[in-house]
Amino acid sequence: MELSGAEIVVRSLKDEGVEYLFGYPGGAVLHLYDAILRQDDVKHILVRHEQGATHAADGYARSTGKPGVVIVTSGPGATNAVTGIATAYYDSIPMVVISGQVPSALIGSDAFQEVDMIGITRPCVKHNFLVTDPRQIAETIKKAFMVATTGRPGPVVVDIPKDMTDPNIKVPYHYPEQVSMRSYNPVVKGHKGQIKKAVDLMLQAKRPMLYSGGGVVLGEASEELTEFVRLLGYPITNTLMGLGAYPATDPQFVGMLGMHGTYEANLGMHDCDVLVAIGARFDDRITGKLSEFCPFAKVIHIDIDPASIAKNVPVDIPIVGEVREVLADMIEMINASLIRTDAEALAQWWVQIEKWRSVNCLNYDRDSKLIKPQYVIEQLHEVTGGDAFITSDVGQHQMWAAQYYKFTKPRRWINSGGLGTMGFGLPAAIGVKLAHPDADVACITGEASIQMCIQELATAKQFNTGIKIINLNNRYMGMVRQWQEFTYEGRYAHSYVEALPDFVKLVEAYGHVGMQVTKPEDVRPALEEAFAMRDRLVFLDIITDQTENVFPMIEAGKAHHDMKLSPVTPIDGASS
Amino acid sequence: MRHIISILIENESGALSRVAGLFSARGFNIESLSVAVTEDPSLSRMTIVTRGSDQVIEQITKQLNKLIDVVKLIDLFDAAHIERELMMVKIRTSDDTREEIKRLSDIFRGRIIDVAQGSYVIEITGNSAKLDAFIANVNDDSIIEVVRSGTTGISRGEKGLQL
Repeated sequence: MELSGAEIVVRSLKDEGVEYLFGYPGGAVLHLYDAILRQDDVKHILVRHEQGATHAADGYARSTGKPGVVIVTSGPGATNAVTGIATAYYDSIPMVVISGQVPSALIGSDAFQEVDMIGITRPCVKHNFLVTDPRQIAETIKKAFMVATTGRPGPVVVDIPKDMTDPNIKVPYHYPEQVSMRSYNPVVKGHKGQIKKAVDLMLQAKRPMLYSGGGVVLGEASEELTEFVRLLGYPITNTLMGLGAYPATDPQFVGMLGMHGTYEANLGMHDCDVLVAIGARFDDRITGKLSEFCPFAKVIHIDIDPASIAKNVPVDIPIVGEVREVLADMIEMINASLIRTDAEALAQWWVQIEKWRSVNCLNYDRDSKLIKPQYVIEQLHEVTGGDAFITSDVGQHQMWAAQYYKFTKPRRWINSGGLGTMGFGLPAAIGVKLAHPDADVACITGEASIQMCIQELATAKQFNTGIKIINLNNRYMGMVRQWQEFTYEGRYAHSYVEALPDFVKLVEAYGHVGMQVTKPEDVRPALEEAFAMRDRLVFLDIITDQTENVFPMIEAGKAHHDMKLSPVTPIDGASS
Repeated sequence: MRHIISILIENESGALSRVAGLFSARGFNIESLSVAVTEDPSLSRMTIVTRGSDQVIEQITKQLNKLIDVVKLIDLFDAAHIERELMMVKIRTSDDTREEIKRLSDIFRGRIIDVAQGSYVIEITGNSAKLDAFIANVNDDSIIEVVRSGTTGISRGEKGLQL
């Protein structure tokens, strides 16, 4: 079969099983768009800004486990996509981005809409390819999908000069079933000897702590993790990216850890004698002050990426492999082991943890006349039965969503954790809703974040995605304001969001439903009304308490036992 | 600690910038870098001299291995090895100094490869310390220019860095 380069791109995507292509046309991809128009297999979702395309593809990928696919034109189309590519990179999300490029003969001549996309994206992709021959296109696309989805996943860019897609040049088409690259062989199984050593160590622990991250979600290891945790009877904490991998409603779950983690999770980390890190990368928001991180613990670290191991924290027993495989091996070995967990020490450890838990660090003023953002999330959890897909932007609302929406399933919590990209939530929710048309999808956001990609309201209209936007409107860039309150003596430099639009009118102008909520008693009915309108995008502009802060908080550079607690929790300061 | 990291890398445009970009983005130190194609035209051999604690060197090797274009890598410091660097030095000469420079060049087993009215070009190979020592023994004012290839290295014995 002979096809043009443009047809080969589209046909390769179809043969790869791609359902949605998020994109925006332009000069360098006109041949490609003409080929997209002449088929129905791969559905194109027209966004309103290329950043939106990458975030929507990202939301699709996070909620399904399948790679998100994006197409953008050269120059500004490509640079606009970079924020979304970096967002996917820092959270290890599989994504393939096809970027148009000026014709080969013009590369390097500062041609119209030319940028060095390969150069610009190099530090924020898993890999990138420049196509130099139309005969390479199918194999390059296959390689892109293989690299994006295997090992530690990540975004891959395929930059295609316009002449490669010329409709008049036909070349043979064959989409390979498999490709191999001699330099790319991700490890799957963990080393048995290391796993044995780790199991022996963890079974002898007196004060164990299990700490799991996004790798468990990405590696589809939630079931194995749950079995592993219950088998051991040990406390487990999740990172921001790992929420939902273990049910947050289970008593063995001690909450999220880190900068805004719970009192019991952070003190448990500080006092533990064996720490088992599972698909987590010891990010600075997790560890706090490195020199005082888990000072009494032997550390076991399971990760697919050898470079994540011992990068920030020294590790006693490293295990490289897919977490699902390694956990399955561990479960088998624990069951076969002659060593039993130390029931007495463990019972004492749980007494200590329950004492910390009784501080009730996530409590807040429930009698306030103002709407408390935490209350909104709790109500959202109830109204959606705890089973919605929740996307978020970045800031206080993101932390409250993580703390108060008790996720019980993986892939339900969709947020930009590593890069911290404001503007992520709305386009991501569109991608999630396209993948799960019958599910409840809500975007928890704030009045500052939502404005960063608000143009995607038009995309939501065009493709009829009935998402719900929960805008926690406190008229401040809340997290910036919080830091300014704590560390800049309340000098609120440019964090007040002036000249806010009338969000209700704005969303109505886009053809959606908008409602403003100003009283606590109206929150629940408004949420119920919004979710009853299944096919409509409903924007709830919820006017919240401006002064509310996220607690607990470990300020940057401090250790786990040095937490700032909410004024409403009974003990002040911290430490065991 | 000084380490010599030797890499087999796909001989493709952009491969060098992936390595260079990795070092600058992560704040790793590069003392020298040399690269050329191998007997297999699809592969280049790159030698990087770097410094860092054991933990930093471990990260460097892991991060390099993570690059898709890197096919194989060894740290030559893990075993017995030979390192060499080529230097060409252009030295100003006069009737008074020519003899002495020739003698110094001989001591360092250098070769004079260009002679002009007022200058010599001397070629010397050896490890970096030897080349430094030669430079230290030549009067600064008489050096016109110095060109060094950067260190390359190879392990001793039968084993080699190959596919």
